Amino acid sequence: MKLKMPVSDALITAVLGYLVVFVGLALLMAVVIIMGKIMVSRRNTAAVAAPAAPAAAPVPVKASPEAPGSAGEVKIHDVPDREAAMIMAIVADKLRKPLNELRFKSIKEIK
Amino acid sequence: MDILATLSKLVNESGFAGFVASGGWKNLIMIAIACVLLYLGIHKKFEPLLLVGIAFGVLLTNLPGGGLYHMEMWDAYIQEAPYDVVNDKALYTKTDDDVIVFTDAEVAAYMQANGLSEGDVVTHIAFTDIIHHGGLLDILYIGVKAGIYPCLIFLGVGAMTDFGPLLANPKSLLLGAAAQLGVFLAFFGALMLGFAGTEAASIGIIGGADGPTAIYLTGLLAPHLLGPIAIAAYSYMALIPMIQPPLMRMLTTEKERSVKMEQAREVSKTEKILFPIVVAGFVILLIPSTAPLIGCLMFGNLLQVTGVTQRLGDTAQNALMNIVTLFLGISVGATTVASRFLSFQTLAIIVLGLVAFGFSTMGGLFVGKLMYKLSGGKINPLIGSAGVSAVPMAARVSQVEGQKANPSNFLLMHAMGPNVAGVIGSAIAAGFLLAVFG
Repeated sequence: MKLKMPVSDALITAVLGYLVVFVGLALLMAVVIIMGKIMVSRRNTAAVAAPAAPAAAPVPVKASPEAPGSAGEVKIHDVPDREAAMIMAIVADKLRKPLNELRFKSIKEIK
Repeated sequence: MDILATLSKLVNESGFAGFVASGGWKNLIMIAIACVLLYLGIHKKFEPLLLVGIAFGVLLTNLPGGGLYHMEMWDAYIQEAPYDVVNDKALYTKTDDDVIVFTDAEVAAYMQANGLSEGDVVTHIAFTDIIHHGGLLDILYIGVKAGIYPCLIFLGVGAMTDFGPLLANPKSLLLGAAAQLGVFLAFFGALMLGFAGTEAASIGIIGGADGPTAIYLTGLLAPHLLGPIAIAAYSYMALIPMIQPPLMRMLTTEKERSVKMEQAREVSKTEKILFPIVVAGFVILLIPSTAPLIGCLMFGNLLQVTGVTQRLGDTAQNALMNIVTLFLGISVGATTVASRFLSFQTLAIIVLGLVAFGFSTMGGLFVGKLMYKLSGGKINPLIGSAGVSAVPMAARVSQVEGQKANPSNFLLMHAMGPNVAGVIGSAIAAGFLLAVFG
């Protein structure tokens, strides 16, 4: 079979191409790291420079009424307890409702 | 009126007659391939949004007599040869090494021999001639040939992509670079199999696991291979959950796979806004030929993160993306004309594509393992395989494999960093190949 490019040229082009991708992304990594450091330091400086808020007069806080006890049992299928607890906490947070005001019937992993 | 003669004419001019004509059996094989691809797309859900369009394009272009796509006209466009509009023939001869275009004298002799008049042969075919003489799919294919569709898809991909994980862990960029190994190994392999440089570059880019980039590069460098390359790229991307896990298990130990990574830092909105601007400027200045792809990718991302161009970002990732995907799929499928698709080249491309995918996965894993060692076991090497840019499939595979080793492992967000870095990496690889062979 006749090659349309000498083996040495093919090899050099392939190695050079891989190197160019590596160097290009390594340089980009350096840029992103520098950008990140600048951002983090600016954020820290701003946090330190911000004057402390004057102490507010104590305001009587109306305690939110506690929801009555448990809202029943939840059936868990193939989901570890920790993950189930996280899912319920996330749902409660998104709905802005106390967890014990919500009733979860079951949690099942869809495969 | 001679009814028999009319019926005979109808039968002879029908597409069915085309199947019994010389080489017509090849069209039947292509129609069968189209049906297989439709089955894979619809039933198996292998990248259905593109594969169904490609498969239907394969079907349409191989129905004799349809005249939706004219391969010879595109050959004439690519080779800058005269084109016989009446007989659908590009006027050039091809040797092993070269293409010899008809001279003016040869064109005149050809016209005389075939009884053609002026206007039946276009000497320098342009997009306007394609719109004038071409079929529907020829006109849609202009978007591929001009590199418009892949770039618009990148615009949508950019709008869909969250670069937050990459900003939180910039080392991910190295994994995205490492996972381009298959691109250059397959490129070398293709050259050793006798492909031309432009063809080898287009075959190699399959290893980037990035459909739009593969189509963009092939459309510019080796448009005659567009069909097999696009089909190989999208098929293998769909098969990532089958291709990658054995390699991941082979190259990593149980201990490495079970590493739990620390939560990455929070990324501010300002960083997310600056990122596309910085990357576009930096990468395009570094390799200017990446401008169309990186420019669109980063513009799409900027639209999404600014917070003031939400409507444009939504359009880019939904309506525009869907429309372009429709045109891209069907026009890429149209290039799979039987007489050219059924060849040794296609078989070689399918094999080399698989090699490219495999080695890209391995490249990412090797550097992932290196990072595991250097970080004192804090980085899970499985995120390296996500450096191939099939977003988010490759990251999901890392997550699944990580969780098999350690059920409390959550690698998805960590793997998204290398995954989106792979998109930038494959665009840079394409830019390099375009700079060398374009």
